[in-house]
Amino acid sequence: MNIQTNQPVAKLTVAETALVEAFASQIGELPGNGAVTGTRDRLLDDLKKAGLPTRRIESWHYTDLKNLLRAVPERVAGAKASSVSALVKGSTVLPVLQGEAHADAQIDGVTITAFRDQLSDGSAVAGLTALDKDDAIGRLNGSFVRDGLALVIPANAEIEDVIELQASHGEGQIHTRFPVSFGAGSKATIVERHRSETDAAALVSSISDLTIEDGAEITWIILQSQGPSDTHLAQIRVKLGAESKLRLYVINAGGKLVRQELRIEVQGEGAELTLRGVNLLGGDTHTDVTLVLGHNVPHTNSTETFRNVVFDKASGVFQGMIRVAPDAQKTDAKMACNTLLMSDDGDFSVKPELEIFADDVICGHGATVADIDRNHLFYMMARGVTESKARAMLVNAFVAEIVEELEEAKLVEPLEEVISTWLDKHA
Amino acid sequence: MLEIKNLHARIAEDGTEIIRGLNLTVKPGEIAAIMGPNGSGKSTLSYILSGREDYEVTEGDITYNGESILELDPAERASKGIFLAFQYPVEIPGVATMQFLKVAMNEQRKARGEDELTTPDFMRRVKEAAEGLKIDPAMLRRPLNVGFSGGEKKRAEILQMALLEPTLCILDETDSGLDIDALKIVADGVNALRSPDRAVIVITHYQRLLDYIVPDTVHVLYKGQIIRSGDKELAQELEANGYADVIGTAA
Repeated sequence: MNIQTNQPVAKLTVAETALVEAFASQIGELPGNGAVTGTRDRLLDDLKKAGLPTRRIESWHYTDLKNLLRAVPERVAGAKASSVSALVKGSTVLPVLQGEAHADAQIDGVTITAFRDQLSDGSAVAGLTALDKDDAIGRLNGSFVRDGLALVIPANAEIEDVIELQASHGEGQIHTRFPVSFGAGSKATIVERHRSETDAAALVSSISDLTIEDGAEITWIILQSQGPSDTHLAQIRVKLGAESKLRLYVINAGGKLVRQELRIEVQGEGAELTLRGVNLLGGDTHTDVTLVLGHNVPHTNSTETFRNVVFDKASGVFQGMIRVAPDAQKTDAKMACNTLLMSDDGDFSVKPELEIFADDVICGHGATVADIDRNHLFYMMARGVTESKARAMLVNAFVAEIVEELEEAKLVEPLEEVISTWLDKHA
Repeated sequence: MLEIKNLHARIAEDGTEIIRGLNLTVKPGEIAAIMGPNGSGKSTLSYILSGREDYEVTEGDITYNGESILELDPAERASKGIFLAFQYPVEIPGVATMQFLKVAMNEQRKARGEDELTTPDFMRRVKEAAEGLKIDPAMLRRPLNVGFSGGEKKRAEILQMALLEPTLCILDETDSGLDIDALKIVADGVNALRSPDRAVIVITHYQRLLDYIVPDTVHVLYKGQIIRSGDKELAQELEANGYADVIGTAA
């Protein structure tokens, strides 16, 4: 009859079972020394025990992954994906095709290593962590990660050409990792691009791990344009040193089920974070952007602005948690999340959270949800612009404004192009 | 050219009747001034002519070149040549002024079955029109009306009017918020557009603007009706005696 155990094990869902089985079949060939393999094993075990998070877990309340992730596509070994031209003209493209890194490009002064090598020699093990007990993405990626790119940008290096980390894939399972360290005083612009070449389903997990040393000035642009059946579970972990500046842009323009976590620790005085997000949501998709931002030391500032456009039956959520540590006086943080709801069947939830333990800080947040402004629409139509064209221009303007803040035409123009192409297809 | 017959219109949302049996005819080449105290329905009339959907026409008709325009949306009316210079031009962040001008000109051309403008042709037209109105090119690089002063906004309206070459121009309180120099620039811009086949409706509270844009006809709007019509002398009479006399006679 039944085998009695001390702890009742919850019944696994189809997706959870598929993940456990996939791990069992892949573990033999996943790169990694003993320490890495041990860590993978432990992370998977934790994932199995906790199960995929449900709405009962606060940080996953609006994205019930257990319920939403109905199936896990099998890994497709040997599938081909191709590299495409860079988003920004003149970039150095470092392709990761179907999850496999091609680290042969040369950039003066920059050390480029395939992440699989760091798994094999065990140097990657310290990064294979879950950030907290509910970090399903950390566990999933830590268990399954195969490759990616590790970049070291030395102190004071000024990398002129944009570096594009281009993750292209077809169907299957893709688990990648991008640890990048920016030396003190360095300057660089990185595009982290995730793109699908098919309509068939893929499960993607990807973690970028940024260490930004004192005084570095970095622009990091995440462009997610996954396919219509893809699950994209991503995380960016950032540590900001003293007097450093990070402009972090997150553009979601694809995927069926998307969770993009931003885990940012501001840990050097005088650091400045400019976080901007554009979420273009359409069809029957769900997109979740979850920010956990720690202002850990005095005299740091950050601004967070998200603009979302929701068409069809799409749903979205932005969770923005800002923590100000007890001695982080003079923190200045401003968060805003504005949504254009273009359909009665779409929805967007916003959950700002401020946890402030210091007493001399400026922290604020605001959220709006609206339809196109009728005064704007009438004004444009009164000049002969047709209603559909005027609506398209207004939606475009609403999100393009965020991109224009980048100011550099070489970055602004291709991103505006991404936005208008998406809108042409969905509006 | 424009014929308004027994027009009744109300606010769509709450049914308040604003226009109550208004009759007005404007001929090609004519400059018609519509004057009246606050709340008489002047701005409402301009919105109804341009097709704002917040208002409902319940009775009567508006014909333009012999054709009823009541069923046309604002964009269709604009491409037929009707232009409203707004009392309060709307600020539209994120839409570059130049891009907007180009789209508007080309959308109207498209609707009329004409070819789109080439970029050099477009640039030349804008440059010429902007110079005439003393508009700083830097202003045109900003988002539409965003951060423009009151005077800049009004000049930008006249710039759009010059570029779109409408056949019926409706100026809604274009003089409000303008100092005398700006008023002259705007008036010169309007006068430059006078032509035998273009009509202008000047909606204003005060006689002042009419010293610079001299009307052929003057109409007094009160409680949603034209209660008196005359020539430019009527405007001077109103300036001297206020509206009370005219309203009293009509009542």
